[in-house]
Amino acid sequence: MNNISDIIKPENKVYGKSKLLLDKEMHYCPGCSHGTIHKIVAETIDELNIQEQVIGISPVGCAVLAYDYIDIDWQEAAHGRAPALATAIKRLHPDKYVFTYQGDGDLASIGTGEIIHVCNRGENITVIFVNNAIYGMTGGQMAPTTLEGMKTATTPGGRSHLTSGFPMKITEMIALFPGVVYATRQSVDTPAAERKAKKSVIKAFKSQKLKKGTSFIEIVSTCSSGWKMTPVEANNWMRENMFPVFPPGDIKDETGL
Amino acid sequence: MAEKILLKGNEAIAIAAIRCGCDGYFGYPITPQSEILETLAEMNPEKDTGMIVLQAESEVAAINMLYGGAGCGKKVMTSSSSPGMSLMTEGISYIAGAELPCVIVDIMRGGPGLGTIQPAQSDYFQIVKGGGHGDYRTIILAPASVQEMNDFVELSFDLAFRYKTPVVILSDGVIGQMMEKVELSPVKPRWTDEEIVRLHGDWATTGKTPDRKRNIVTSLDLDPHRQEQFNLKLQRKYREIERNETRYESLLCEDAEYLIVAYGLSARVSQKAMEMAREEGIKVGLMRPVTLFPYPYDAIAELVPHVKSILTVEMSAGQMIEDVALAAENRVPLYFHGRMGGMLPAPEDILKLIKSIAGGTFDSADVPGFNKLWLR
Ligand SMILES: Cc1ncc(C[n+]2csc(CCOP(=O)(O)OP(=O)(O)O)c2C)c(N)n1
Ligand code: SF4
Ligand SMILES: [Mg+2]
Repeated sequence: MNNISDIIKPENKVYGKSKLLLDKEMHYCPGCSHGTIHKIVAETIDELNIQEQVIGISPVGCAVLAYDYIDIDWQEAAHGRAPALATAIKRLHPDKYVFTYQGDGDLASIGTGEIIHVCNRGENITVIFVNNAIYGMTGGQMAPTTLEGMKTATTPGGRSHLTSGFPMKITEMIALFPGVVYATRQSVDTPAAERKAKKSVIKAFKSQKLKKGTSFIEIVSTCSSGWKMTPVEANNWMRENMFPVFPPGDIKDETGL
Repeated sequence: MAEKILLKGNEAIAIAAIRCGCDGYFGYPITPQSEILETLAEMNPEKDTGMIVLQAESEVAAINMLYGGAGCGKKVMTSSSSPGMSLMTEGISYIAGAELPCVIVDIMRGGPGLGTIQPAQSDYFQIVKGGGHGDYRTIILAPASVQEMNDFVELSFDLAFRYKTPVVILSDGVIGQMMEKVELSPVKPRWTDEEIVRLHGDWATTGKTPDRKRNIVTSLDLDPHRQEQFNLKLQRKYREIERNETRYESLLCEDAEYLIVAYGLSARVSQKAMEMAREEGIKVGLMRPVTLFPYPYDAIAELVPHVKSILTVEMSAGQMIEDVALAAENRVPLYFHGRMGGMLPAPEDILKLIKSIAGGTFDSADVPGFNKLWLR
């Protein structure tokens, strides 16, 4: 057996925390996808070396404090309104990279109007859409993306389309807009999936540089607390139940990248 | 002599915005203020000054675009009319809470609900007393002429940036639509990005550079102690605004026995009535609040011991009169005349009311719109 201190040497380092990820301890529950997605966003900005040109917009939802974790300039929007902020920021700063980071309640419920019009105008921004099929922050109520039959605090008998509609496929919807150049659905449930998700975030930021239009990345995510599962159970449940309704993969890619 | 041209109030607002170096206008059509967006779209300032003009999908979006633009340290403006202002109040609360500068124009129409497209002053409570949630105030300027519509745009931006607060220009459909000669303000260039970094780099999101910490624009602080401290800071700012920025115009108040208090269009009409009364030998004075927050309580209070009574005239059921009452502290009788639903007060009617007050017969006054409901 080698002595551990012989192994921990700079020349053996294969992976490290992005310098843009601040040392602040994250408030997310164990197994929550938000932390992993933050890491991907921070690494992307770091690798593209664009820290000085990025403005992020955090949502109302569990990621409201995203600005505590990634070392860039941030604005914190009202619930659902991040796309409106992003529109003005990008129009007034056309050479900056602007992204919103939004949950499914934020983007697909209270903020449906704003996101649709941003996509229809083809605002040259990136949207990171964290779909965990529930309202994490407020204690696990139904989201527009909640699956049929899924029990939440406000659908104790399971969601039924008869009273509450169907799980909303917002990414398929916005892909219809000519202004949207890239619409993809990813996940972060395995290291391979994480790498793929990161590639799409990089592509989205590069496409912004080329002024191509709106890039939209849905990330099918877990909310172990809201779903009342262990992190491992949540990952398995997501693959078995969410992927059939929200299948990962590109829905539209006209970036040419 | 600077240029003087004939303009509608709404056009004056639009032109003044371009000339004072506004960076972005975001708005949604609603009568009686759509000329502001239309004039800007027609003038297309982007080609000359780089100013962005964008028709938003709703007032909710427009005010949140303002939030985003203001967070970048840019000079941003929106305009609307009463129903649209209701939608904007959420955003105004956030902008006040994030301490951002911006200019909002409300060309009031009658309500409640869809009400009417005709002019009114019935948004006073909503705009002056808050409207949105939380302990915030906004600076409110009430123009009474097209010239002031022009002048108050640049003044609003100055105040907004000095105090990092939303400033509202509270006007009405008459002043928005009427035409008067206006002396335009001098043209000022927009701030360059370098100037914004130099002037507002300590808070604006301009991109995090190695020489500073990241800037975060937010109205959130979950810690109750810090949140209370923040609220106290806001209150200190509002007291400072009260000390420094109270504006009013007093006309013939020195020897007045009867005082009229009115703002905006009601003040224009009341001024005419005052002149008519003076010709008949009745000593009437007019106090016109120009800022509605901060309100000229002290200036009114000083006049109270010298007058026999105060008549408040509004195009509402009596909203500003509550502030007149605060200043008067029950020391003199208060009378009120209000028109609603797009009806306007007439100088002849106000003259009649003044005479009935002087003759002790106010409770049976015979003028259109006079209502026993106004007796308090
Ligand atoms: C105007 C308004 N309505 C409601 C809320 C309460 N609220 C906070 S977060 C949230 C839902 C967030 O869910 P989601 O966007 O899915 O984010 P998650 O926490 O799941 O990441 C709600 C309803 C609010 N803050 N503001
Ligand atoms: S409640 Fe859900 S979304 Fe929120 S931090 Fe916990 S696991 Fe993540
Ligand atoms: Mg959610």
